[in-house]
Amino acid sequence: MVDPTIGVGNIAGKAPLMGTEPRPATLSRMRILVTVKFVPDLQSQRSFTEGAVTRTGDDGTMNELDENAVEAALQLKEAAGEGEVYALTVGGDDAVAAVRKALQLGVDHAIHVSDAAIAGSDVFGTAKVIAAAVRKVHDEAPLDLVVTGMAALDGLTSMLPTALAAELDWSQLTLASGLTVEDGTATIVRHLPDAHETVAAPLPAVVSVTDEANKPRYPNFKLIMAARSKPVTTWTLADLGISPEAVGLGAARTVVVDASPRPPRENRVKVTDTGDAGTQLADFLIERGLA
Amino acid sequence: MSTVAVLVETRGGEATQPTHEAITLARTLGTPVAVWLGAAPDPAQNARLGIHGAAEVRVVPAADDARQPARAAAALAAATADADIVLMISTFVNKEIATRLALLTGAGVVVDAAGVELVDGRVETLQTVFAATWNVRTRIAAEKAIVAIRPNTTLASPAEETGAATTVVVDADLPEVSETIVAIEPVPAPEGVPLAEAPVVVSGGRGTNGDYTLVRELADVLGGAVGASRDATDEGWISHEHMVGQTGTTVTPALYVACGISGAVHHRGGMQASGTIVAVNIDPDAPIFEIADFGVVGDLGDVLPQAIARIHEHRAG
Ligand SMILES: Cc1cc2nc3c(=O)[nH]c(=O)nc-3n(C[C@H](O)[C@H](O)[C@H](O)COP(=O)(O)OP(=O)(O)OC[C@H]3O[C@@H](n4cnc5c(N)ncnc54)[C@H](O)[C@@H]3O)c2cc1C
Ligand SMILES: Cc1cc2nc3c(=O)[nH]c(=O)nc-3n(C[C@H](O)[C@H](O)[C@H](O)COP(=O)(O)OP(=O)(O)OC[C@H]3O[C@@H](n4cnc5c(N)ncnc54)[C@H](O)[C@@H]3O)c2cc1C
Repeated sequence: MVDPTIGVGNIAGKAPLMGTEPRPATLSRMRILVTVKFVPDLQSQRSFTEGAVTRTGDDGTMNELDENAVEAALQLKEAAGEGEVYALTVGGDDAVAAVRKALQLGVDHAIHVSDAAIAGSDVFGTAKVIAAAVRKVHDEAPLDLVVTGMAALDGLTSMLPTALAAELDWSQLTLASGLTVEDGTATIVRHLPDAHETVAAPLPAVVSVTDEANKPRYPNFKLIMAARSKPVTTWTLADLGISPEAVGLGAARTVVVDASPRPPRENRVKVTDTGDAGTQLADFLIERGLA
Repeated sequence: MSTVAVLVETRGGEATQPTHEAITLARTLGTPVAVWLGAAPDPAQNARLGIHGAAEVRVVPAADDARQPARAAAALAAATADADIVLMISTFVNKEIATRLALLTGAGVVVDAAGVELVDGRVETLQTVFAATWNVRTRIAAEKAIVAIRPNTTLASPAEETGAATTVVVDADLPEVSETIVAIEPVPAPEGVPLAEAPVVVSGGRGTNGDYTLVRELADVLGGAVGASRDATDEGWISHEHMVGQTGTTVTPALYVACGISGAVHHRGGMQASGTIVAVNIDPDAPIFEIADFGVVGDLGDVLPQAIARIHEHRAG
């Protein structure tokens, strides 16, 4: 297996440079935007209300897999020595918790795009909004990368990174378990079932990272305290020049028409082994025609 | 009847079982047409696609270009202009192709679907979400629909009338892309049935302590594939391709046997929709028991050999 590496340098050869190592003078600032989604906590009772995911501040958090995206961005910035990392979320009022978490992990700036008209967006609507926000940041000063998670643990479509790259017309480097940036080129390793690919593309690029890419850091006390006073920029659709009709439920190509809890499994059996549980297990399988 | 295109998934030059499942499903929606990206299939492949109902096999000679989602999508778009519905197998790569194709055609997309039907002329899909604790029905409001289906959710069956499966070669102009695939290191295909397609999956977790002998033996006896938890793949006990879960492979076999797996929500997200779930765990409070149809509180080192012996004994008559 290829060693997961996040860093600045050659992916195949030398070890990635980390923050503590001396940094070659040639490296410039890295400007990276990380997308983070506000999702219901996996351990909570997740549910739907009128075709939409129930989202509340109490049970919601930053998507766990976006911790890997934040980590990748921070490591790249630290390896380059200089730069900015932005965290961006699109969602209702409570979603600000996602960018707050990113601030606690050490990102420099937080942006929350919120507008009632965004509710009910499909992947393409969401990608449009995120792309417009990315462009707004990029226009202030060019970004090198957008880094996303491999999937949001509620929608789980894994489609957003591709849709975003297409919308921005930037390079698409998805499902990276290793990532390096050098001389204006990003290179990733992606583990697919049939092959491990190494893919390179010029910056700016949209990169999605898997949970194999790194081990996310924990927020430390100092950062948690500092995050409290950091401002969060809030944008609406008007700030992004998007008309409300272009996104939201009305523009969605897919609409949830029914959502219902699955009935629990019935007639469950649990036995404690007192010497013959293996036989009982086999008999259960035989009875069900499974063995 | 309208054309329903199915993107063929191949392995070693052959269409996979999930492809035949998707063609079977396509018959309920319209006239199935198979789309094959790459070198033209041999006649035996056409014949098998025809048995499941494919009227045509549209071949887009694309080779390694098809590894790039934007190019695969362009190839697929060229071959499916007349299709209102495009089906494919739900894999990470196909989700990317589906996204790019939707941006070319304006289609709505549902991935990880467990079923598709036509309701009042519109495509509706069935999905299980939130670690298979909820059922969701989604309507595709757009004129065109792209649905990525989970393997093992339709039983492949021969069509009443065999499809002609005539080969039609389609020319496609593939766009230039900014990404370059610098290296492709093939992963050796696992022996036996691939995890996602297996009718039975026997998985081992941290409780195996790295010894997969018994898990493998039970999988062999039951004609299944070997799965694993993330902790086991992280330990390097078994390769990443075996990982079941939200960030690994999602499986929906008729039987799932979890051995020495605690049942973390990340793991359950990838297997909770399985038909029958069996768990063997020494901890009576392990969360896996909450979803097990048959749970054994016991040591897998004792339970599995006994179960294997009993199955052999039963088969011997
Ligand atoms: C249960 C469920 C099923 C759905 N099914 C479909 C469907 O079939 N088709 C469809 O078009 N839409 C669907 N949606 C809507 C879709 O989930 C949202 O539009 C979503 O914002 C993008 O898709 P995702 O959550 O699947 O993200 P993914 O593509 O899985 O997420 C990848 C990464 O994108 C970033 N990201 C995603 N959303 C946001 C956000 N709002 N803000 C910041 N970063 C973000 C994160 O970094 C994340 O790790 C569904 C939603 C739910 C909750
Ligand atoms: C973002 C993210 C994504 C993740 N994605 C996945 C994923 O896709 N798939 C996945 O599996 N995990 C995933 N995980 C990890 C997951 O949270 C759990 O840590 C993991 O599933 C635990 O593996 P386990 O059950 O093998 O180990 P443990 O939780 O340690 O459980 C081992 C079990 O074995 C039992 N046991 C021990 N000895 C024996 C014995 N002799 N006989 C019988 N039972 C025994 C113990 O009682 C225990 O219940 C993810 C985590 C994160 C943070």
